[in-house]
Amino acid sequence: METLLIEGSPKTPTIKFDWDKGFLEIKGRSIPENSIEFYKPLVDWLDKYSGKPQKVTDVNIHLEYFNTSSSKCILDVFKKLESIHKGGSSEVVINWHYEEDDEDMLEAGEDYQAIINIPFKMVLSEG
Amino acid sequence: MVDIYDFYDKMDRNKIMLSFKGDITSELLTSILQIMESKLDNLQEEPKVKKKVYNVLVECLQNLYHHMDEVSFSDDSNEVVSRSAIFMIGKVDNEYSIITGNYILTSNVENLKVKLDRINEMTKEELKEYYKEILNNDTFSEKGGGGLGMIDIARKSGQKLNYNFMVADDKYSFFSLNIKISN
Repeated sequence: METLLIEGSPKTPTIKFDWDKGFLEIKGRSIPENSIEFYKPLVDWLDKYSGKPQKVTDVNIHLEYFNTSSSKCILDVFKKLESIHKGGSSEVVINWHYEEDDEDMLEAGEDYQAIINIPFKMVLSEG
Repeated sequence: MVDIYDFYDKMDRNKIMLSFKGDITSELLTSILQIMESKLDNLQEEPKVKKKVYNVLVECLQNLYHHMDEVSFSDDSNEVVSRSAIFMIGKVDNEYSIITGNYILTSNVENLKVKLDRINEMTKEELKEYYKEILNNDTFSEKGGGGLGMIDIARKSGQKLNYNFMVADDKYSFFSLNIKISN
């Protein structure tokens, strides 16, 4: 299965979904006007991944900004991961990165944590 | 003749950093956000305040963007007329203001008003719960986000949504929103 690589832009994050390593990363800012289009390849990739996941799936969300249009799409990504985790074929961990003085980003991570049944780790990033 | 000094004076007195009136396109928003980001950097604003202002700005401007199509109509000569929007960003002392104005169908005013009043009556904790409820609602999949934007603006600004509606003609009303963010 191929690694999904999407280069970041001023409104969209850099995506690296590495099947070999079971390493998934969303990094940068996610503020497109219409997010569904951008997130579709990620959800499609996860559909394929769910058939043949690694034993451990290490998910890293490292967002500087995200808009409400993206928030629902991010939840869709987490729901896919939740079903993989629940199925028992892979142990999924979500590392939610936030910067020291960014309480809003920490709180956003906690919102997802309350909705999704996967272990969440809140990771404080160095400025 | 347009009295440009009058515009200048009003904007100067209200400490407007940036203003725009016209069609709201995706490309415009990209540019505006880049300009505002460098202005915030130049002001050496605290990262915390900078992020709040930027986040609220994104939601306010994208609200305008998503509601542009609501006010496009054909005139007598069948030409499509789109009613443009306006926004201003100002800073007085340590308080930022993000002010937007756009036309909406008068028939949609009541719904929006109920939504905004409901948000304004909520405490911080209630807003958090409401946000999660709307986020996790499966029926929500539209482009704008089913009111999630306004809840997010209220949460991040930590203040009431200050709004106004003014009837413009038999079909449209002018909706204005003034959001304040202070550190």
